[in-house]
Amino acid sequence: MNDMAAHGAVHDAHPPGFAHQFEDVQQQRDAGRLGMWVFLATEILFFGGMFTSYTIYRSLHLSAFITGSHLLVVKFGAINTAVLICSSLTMALAIRSAQTGKSKNTIIFWLILTMILGATFVGLKLRFEWYRDYIEQIVPGINFVPHASWGADAGQVEMFMCFYFFMTGLHALHMVIGLGILSVLVWMTAKGRFSPEYNAPLEISGLYWHFVDIVWIFLFPLLYLIGGRYPGS
Amino acid sequence: MSTAIAPPHDVPAEPRVNYLNASYGIKSWLLTVDHKRIGILYLISITFMFMIGGFAASLMRIHLLEPQGALVQPETYNRLFSIHGIVMVFFFLVPSIPATLGNFLIPIMIGARDVAFPKLNLMSWYIFITGSCFVLYAILSGGVDTGWTFYAPYSSTFAHTSVIAAALGIFIAGFSSILTGLNFVVTIHKMRAPGMTWFRLPLFIWSMYATSIIFILGTPVIAITLFLLGLERILHVGIFDPAIGGDPLLFQHLFWFYSHPAVYIMILPGMGVVSELIAAFSRKRIFGYAFVAFSSMAIAVISFLVWGHHMFVTGQSVYAGLIFSVLSFLVAIPSAVKVFNWTATLYKGSISYQAPMLYALGFIGLFTMGGLTGLFLASLAEDVHLNGTYFIVAHFHYVMVGGAVMAYLGGIHYWWPKITGRMYPDVWARIAATIVFVGFNLTFFPQFVLGYLGMPRRYAVYPAEFQVLNVMSSAGASILAIGYAIPLIYLIWSLKYGPIAGPNPWGAKGLEWTIPSPPPTENFEVMPIVTEEAYNYHE
Repeated sequence: MNDMAAHGAVHDAHPPGFAHQFEDVQQQRDAGRLGMWVFLATEILFFGGMFTSYTIYRSLHLSAFITGSHLLVVKFGAINTAVLICSSLTMALAIRSAQTGKSKNTIIFWLILTMILGATFVGLKLRFEWYRDYIEQIVPGINFVPHASWGADAGQVEMFMCFYFFMTGLHALHMVIGLGILSVLVWMTAKGRFSPEYNAPLEISGLYWHFVDIVWIFLFPLLYLIGGRYPGS
Repeated sequence: MSTAIAPPHDVPAEPRVNYLNASYGIKSWLLTVDHKRIGILYLISITFMFMIGGFAASLMRIHLLEPQGALVQPETYNRLFSIHGIVMVFFFLVPSIPATLGNFLIPIMIGARDVAFPKLNLMSWYIFITGSCFVLYAILSGGVDTGWTFYAPYSSTFAHTSVIAAALGIFIAGFSSILTGLNFVVTIHKMRAPGMTWFRLPLFIWSMYATSIIFILGTPVIAITLFLLGLERILHVGIFDPAIGGDPLLFQHLFWFYSHPAVYIMILPGMGVVSELIAAFSRKRIFGYAFVAFSSMAIAVISFLVWGHHMFVTGQSVYAGLIFSVLSFLVAIPSAVKVFNWTATLYKGSISYQAPMLYALGFIGLFTMGGLTGLFLASLAEDVHLNGTYFIVAHFHYVMVGGAVMAYLGGIHYWWPKITGRMYPDVWARIAATIVFVGFNLTFFPQFVLGYLGMPRRYAVYPAEFQVLNVMSSAGASILAIGYAIPLIYLIWSLKYGPIAGPNPWGAKGLEWTIPSPPPTENFEVMPIVTEEAYNYHE
């Protein structure tokens, strides 16, 4: 690997995160940023398959989907929406702190706060929604007992719950991956990797985190708020 | 510019550090982040997968020698065509040119040290291998009998075979495609050498760019579709199951939303290779460079709008059918632009018939036949007669094997001296190319006739009057197998005994021919500055 050593010698002015295949830090930052945007395009299509299926079935079986939606706990869905929006703010503040050259501790503070909010989201979801759904016997394939009042809609209500669990499950998986990324960022910050000149990992992880938030912004109304929950309003 | 194309045999073999001898040992390969070595890892892996898929095909062709079936039970036959399709589509054709030649050549052709994300590139290979292992497990644990299309509800509810393992394998391998596409797009956007403008890029790069777009936007949809299918099968919940209001047609829509563009994943790289070969062996700039470049992008865009032509007879609305039919005809335009431009390039060129050029010329003829028969299938009324027959089998094999595999072999032969630093015996290569062409036509042309006469695909038995054509097809398949075996032998032989190739054995243009063969690990000792257009053979 003597070529790498040679490049290292040429580029020894570069910060620690610099990779040998690039000409300069700017090129590396641009590549990382574009890479993440391309990845998010993939993610949009990934969720898109589910959103499309959801939309088709909702138009075919609207009344069953409304019945299903009313089984969900809007309160925790709404609280979680607020939690996630706040976590996007703290993530943005973490990146801003790195770009303006604030101390390591400031960056770590905002990152940890983001992680706490993210973990709150997942925790609330597990304890007050999925666990409750299991008790209420509305988890398809695992514990599902149709209510007598659903009548002929029972099969489609189950299908709605399938979509609910697939979509929120996939979203929660992305949240957990995001928490993993954030812990790596905390470690990197503690090591002093980031500076106003080099903070690309923070920036592109932030893109990912905001994307996961935006997915939830679409999931919340589509799953929780269809069919007018409050008669007369 | 010298016009001598014969490989120079008098190049002194001076010891030199290159990417092959820079380090030794299995670990230096399995942990490499060098795009060239990763390309070779893919080359070995997909050759192995090709043999598995080819073995399944051979057994099928032997079986079909007799109307009642000569070899296996019908249940086994179902597994054979499923495994053949799954392995060949997802584990050979989709990664074939992009993952091998694309990985090896893209950074060199644009004047970069490596792809944008070398570690991600290695990770893609490991993901591919993981996916392959699941599919191999599916084969060994009883096989799959759903066909490569996994149509629900058969695959989700009724099939008692290793559907989950196979679907999971494809799901996993899909991420390898996505990450490879991502890497290529970023590399082509951000890593080009100074002076390498978009319209100085070799057409191979344009086609890889178009392919990468489909990787990125198509593959996640098949991933989520197979994910839903797997959940339906494991948890016995309904998404596609009509018994609880699910719609099996939704599965088909989602499946073909990826799998039709996937057809262009397989052919676009081949078109890119052929553009390079035609230019190099007729010593001319590609006629209508910009048209050929943009036709790749047009094919990528239109490919996302035509999936419904796989579903003309499934009961989708007739108006949807009309629109899908019109859009499918549109694909013929950019495809024809390419064929006409290649032909126009040949006009008054100084053509030489080296082995890679034979493959390229074979590609043009066979792809044209495959493309034109596609128009039969894109017309609504005609498709009712031909749908589900051997006509379709012949059509897509003309595109996938006559097109994609011919181009792949042509590309391997063209860049082999660059990859290995050695020449192969040219006579044998020409003989093999001819055998492949003859064997291919004998295998698949009778299938057009069989399909037109009404022989359905995927059946283990057939009426006795179809036997002559089936025997012809099987005979062709054995010739084709010989045609594929010969290059395998002499290419391996050339690694040790082939004459030293030198940096530019073909006298071709392009950055990859300006550096030594095999290239050094860092590709360019001095980073290149590009001052001329691609294929500048007229200077």
